[in-house]
Amino acid sequence: MAILETRQLNKHFGGLHVTGNVDFALQPGEMHCLIGPNGAGKSTFFKLILGEHLPDSGEILYDGEEITRAKPFERIRKGISVKFQVPGIFKELSVQQNLTIALQHHVAPEILQEEIDRLLEFLKLSQDRKQLAGNLSHGQKQWLEIGMAVALKPRLLLLDEPTAGMTPDETFATGEMLQELNREGMTLLAVEHDMAFVRQIAHQVTVLHFGKIFAQGTIDEIVADERVAAIYLGEVDA
Amino acid sequence: MSSASRFTSFLKLIEGPQTLGKGPKFWSGFGVVLLAACAYPAFADSYDVGNNVYFFNWLFMAMGLSLIWGYGGALSFGQTAFFGVAGYAYGVLTINLGDAYGLTLISLVLAVGISALFATILGYFLFFGRISGVFLGIVTLSVTLVLERFMAQTAGPEWAIGKARLNGFNGMGAMPSLTIPWPGGNIVLYPDVTLYYVTLVLLLVCYLGLRILVNSRFGNVIVAIRENPMRAEMLGYDVRKYQLATFVIGSALAGLSGVLYTSWGNYITPASMGMTAASLPIVWVAVGGRSDLTTTLVGTLAVLIVFQSLTIYGSQYALIVMGTLLVITVLIAPRGIVIALLSPFMRRKSKLEGER
Repeated sequence: MAILETRQLNKHFGGLHVTGNVDFALQPGEMHCLIGPNGAGKSTFFKLILGEHLPDSGEILYDGEEITRAKPFERIRKGISVKFQVPGIFKELSVQQNLTIALQHHVAPEILQEEIDRLLEFLKLSQDRKQLAGNLSHGQKQWLEIGMAVALKPRLLLLDEPTAGMTPDETFATGEMLQELNREGMTLLAVEHDMAFVRQIAHQVTVLHFGKIFAQGTIDEIVADERVAAIYLGEVDA
Repeated sequence: MSSASRFTSFLKLIEGPQTLGKGPKFWSGFGVVLLAACAYPAFADSYDVGNNVYFFNWLFMAMGLSLIWGYGGALSFGQTAFFGVAGYAYGVLTINLGDAYGLTLISLVLAVGISALFATILGYFLFFGRISGVFLGIVTLSVTLVLERFMAQTAGPEWAIGKARLNGFNGMGAMPSLTIPWPGGNIVLYPDVTLYYVTLVLLLVCYLGLRILVNSRFGNVIVAIRENPMRAEMLGYDVRKYQLATFVIGSALAGLSGVLYTSWGNYITPASMGMTAASLPIVWVAVGGRSDLTTTLVGTLAVLIVFQSLTIYGSQYALIVMGTLLVITVLIAPRGIVIALLSPFMRRKSKLEGER
């Protein structure tokens, strides 16, 4: 059974159809990337999955259970977690506190510190635990947010351009982090522009175009598809 | 974890990432200030001591606003609504019930409860309706102004609840002071030394209780909501419930201020919910440093004392000074003047701060 499934998912803002009848299924354990030119509806699709937007029609299922109208925090509690494009961290709080807030509702107080230390190690932020999160470098902020998202021990992790603004080295390190999470059994769905990164992590790639699924396959299949190259150059209409 | 160690870890929350003062230095200073406050009545005229309880009365509302605005990030411009509701409720209850058998104390609890209930209803529509930012300020200000207008037109004899006349613009008076039942004669808390100590103890309990609250898991979540509500929600927190709870606690403290003020002066007027009254708590809390309970207390007390002295010499200037003070704070020290004055001593620390 798919861990995440959308059936005939539709969303429009006024007359603009941003998501049109999207049927999408994500298998457990998969690392899946969602790509597409600007305005393809990737972000809206993400927001529909998270419950930030509600669809006009269609269904969203998580682990076979319908969550189409569930509140965002209810979806999170079911096992979905998210990393936003712009680092969504608590800037005025320390790194340690950021992680505490992510962990405190499901980790017993006695092992909280241990769990924070483990995450800091994983995020390569052990030296910066007392630093205010707002003082971290951009790449470190991105990692901290990944850490907060992962702290929930989600079964499905959504990532909206997780490497935006990172150096190539940081991007590669992030890819390795995500692969490690995947090996531990986490399913990942990422919106990404950086094709080198997509090649590094994705088992499967879905191309969205004008709110519809345009192509699906492995990265090699997608790269070889001339129609996909054409939509990035603006030569194919929906 | 045993219940004893649970209790110890509960007490440890009195210090933490959400409160500035910590360590032996802070607590020694705190002890000195507390001792001075305890010793003050021995060196002053009891009439002055009773009068100065006035300053303490407002501090509960200031701490409540610090919780809602400074910690929770929601600017409520109408805390005086809860002040007024509780003040009038105390008046109506005590005028009808009298002051025997500890009924004034029960009235205090009921009046604070009524203001908390009012905050729950209003807060439900605000936070579950996802109203935030400047709109929250506009709605809460409107509520307090509506209450002021309403109470101001209750002059006629038809506006009475039981024996209690609301008295419109002139305000309600002649309610009994808080009275503690005591073997061998009730202790009536007129504005003098006993009331001073009772209010001081209440203040201490509320301050320390709030310190524990803001450093607890609950406090972690409310500052997280202030920093980034979307991220907080996406960590699985129902942001609306936390905001509502914060609002209710802060407003109940405004209610407590209202009851203490009404009992202290045996008097409450619609003006206590008016525009001027509503803006003053914003000035106190902003000037001190809203994001910390201690700086809020220090700032509020300082501003109140300055304001009171100015009022004695010429009331028309006092408000202008208050307005100017707010503008200066916003422009020069947006986090608060007390925090700005402390920051040279804490700069290195605050960058590294946050460790529990």
